Amino acid sequence: MSPPGEDDRAVERAVEAAFRQEWAQVVATLIGATGDWDLAEECTQEAFALALRTWRRDGVPQRPGAWLTTTARNRAVDRLRRTAVGEAKLREVAAERARTEEPGDAVGMPELGDDGVGTAEVGDDRLRLIFTCCHPALGIEAQVALALRTLTGLTVPEIARAFLVPEATMAKRLVRARQKIRIAGIPYRVPPAHLLPERTTAVLGVIYLLFNEGYAATSAPTLTRRGLCEEAVRLAEMVADLMADDPEAHGLHALLRLHHARIDSRTDASGALVPLEEQDRSAWDRGEIAAGVAALERALRHGRVGPYQLQAAIAACHATAPAPADTDWAQIVDLYDQLVALVPSPVVRLNRAVAVAMADGPAAGLQLVDEIAEAGELADHHLLTATRADLLRRLGRTVEAAAAYRRARDGTANEGERRYLARRLAECEPS
Amino acid sequence: MRYLLMISAEETETGAGAVDLNDPDSADDLAVFRAWFADLQQRGVLQAHEGLHPSRTATTVRVRGHEVLLTDGPFAETKDQIGGFALIDCADLDEAIDIAAGHPAARYGQVEVRPVLEP
Repeated sequence: MSPPGEDDRAVERAVEAAFRQEWAQVVATLIGATGDWDLAEECTQEAFALALRTWRRDGVPQRPGAWLTTTARNRAVDRLRRTAVGEAKLREVAAERARTEEPGDAVGMPELGDDGVGTAEVGDDRLRLIFTCCHPALGIEAQVALALRTLTGLTVPEIARAFLVPEATMAKRLVRARQKIRIAGIPYRVPPAHLLPERTTAVLGVIYLLFNEGYAATSAPTLTRRGLCEEAVRLAEMVADLMADDPEAHGLHALLRLHHARIDSRTDASGALVPLEEQDRSAWDRGEIAAGVAALERALRHGRVGPYQLQAAIAACHATAPAPADTDWAQIVDLYDQLVALVPSPVVRLNRAVAVAMADGPAAGLQLVDEIAEAGELADHHLLTATRADLLRRLGRTVEAAAAYRRARDGTANEGERRYLARRLAECEPS
Repeated sequence: MRYLLMISAEETETGAGAVDLNDPDSADDLAVFRAWFADLQQRGVLQAHEGLHPSRTATTVRVRGHEVLLTDGPFAETKDQIGGFALIDCADLDEAIDIAAGHPAARYGQVEVRPVLEP
C-alpha cells in the first residue's frame, strides 16, 4: 500500500489526464444533448470537480470519459428539468436530433447508462463543436476564444492572459459569441458537403492562427503564450484524427509538430530570437519531429498537396537535417516554388528568396528580395528589411546591412526579433 | 428560424440594391433576381419581399420631449442605403446565408442577415 498522499497525487494525475483527453468530448456531447453552451461548460466543469472527490474515494473508473460524460449529463438534465423551459428544451433537442441524425447514431437522450456513449457519436460531436466554434459568421477573435474555451478547456482568465486582454473583455467576448450562435441560429453540425471544403479551411486557419499567436510571442508572459502552441498542436491532432481523409488536416498537424519540436531552441536565455542555423539541434525534440514526419507522410499519401503540407515538408527538411550544412536547400526551393504557385503572397515569396539565397548564394536571394520590395506590397515591412539586412551582411556589404538592421529593429514590435536584430546591428557596426 | 435580409448598395437613381429595370447592364441581374425569387417562393421560405424607393424619398421621424422632429432623408447618411428587404423562414443561419448570397445585390452591395426576435 502506498501512503494516502501518493494515492491523492495519482488521482490528481488521472483527473488531469482525463481533462486533456476528455474535456472537448464531454462538452461537445453535452451541447449536442442540451443545446445550451453555458450549461454544457458549467456541468462539465462540475463533473471534473466531482471526479477529483469521487475518484479519491472510489478509485479511478475504468472509462473516465464515460464517467465524466454521464456525470455531467445527469447534472445538466437535473438542472433543465427544474424548469418548464428546460423541459421543453430537452424535448426539442431530442426531437431535433432524432430528425437530423442517421438511425443508429441516435443519442437516446436523456436516459443513458454508465457505459456512456458510443465512440463514433463522440467523434461526431467533437467535430460538430469544432465547426461551430469556427463558423465564419463569428469574428475571428470570437472563434479563437470559443475554440480555446470549449475545445481545450482553458479557463477565461487563462485565455485572457494569453491574449493580453482584461478578463472582463474575454468573458464578454465569449458570452457574445455563444449568444450569437444561439440567437442567429448557427447550426451545431458538420457542414454539408458543398460547404465542407471552405469550412475545413476556416477550422485549420483558426488552429494555425492560435499556434502563431503563441509562437510569435517571445516577451514577458511567455509561458501562457507558449501554452497556446501546445493547445494548438493538440487541436490540430484532434482535427487530423477526426478528419482522417483530409490531407491538409494532417499537413497542419505535421507543420505544428515540426515547429513545436524546436520551440525551446528558438530563443536564447535573454529572449532573443536564435536563427535556425545557430540553434542547438540537440535540444530539438526528436520524438516530436518523428511524430511530425509521420503525420506528413499520412498527409502526402492522399496525393493532394496543399499549403500546409508544403510548409510541413519545408519544416521537415530543416528538422531532419543533422547540421545546417546538411540542409537540402534545392529541395526547399522546389517546395517553395510549389507553395508560391498555391499561395502567391509576398511573405511566401520572401521566404522563397531566403531559400534561393541559401541554394544559389546571397546575391541571387537579394535580387529576389529587391523585386518583392519594388512590387511594393511589403515595401517597408520589417521582415523584408531584416531579410535584406541578412543578405547584405552575408555579401560583406556591412554599411548597408547596418542601416537595414537598424530600420528593421525599429520596425518590429516583437521583443525577441528586436534583440536579434540589435545583436546583428552591433556586429555590423565598427567598434 | 426567421431572418430579415436587408439588401443595400450604393444608390442609383432608382434605388439601392434594387435591380434597375431601365439599366441595360442589369439584364443579367434581373435574370438572377427572378430565378432567386422564384426558387424561394417555390421552397416556401419567403414571407415577405419588397423593393424600396431611393433614400432621398425617406422621412426620418424622432420624438424628443413632446415634439415630433422630422428629417428629410434616411436615418444614416451613408454611401450605401437599404434598397429592399426580404423576410425569410428557414432552417438555420447557413441556409439564410445561402439565400442572401443568391441575391444579385450581394455581388455589388451587401445583404445584412438579422435574426427576427420571436416571442
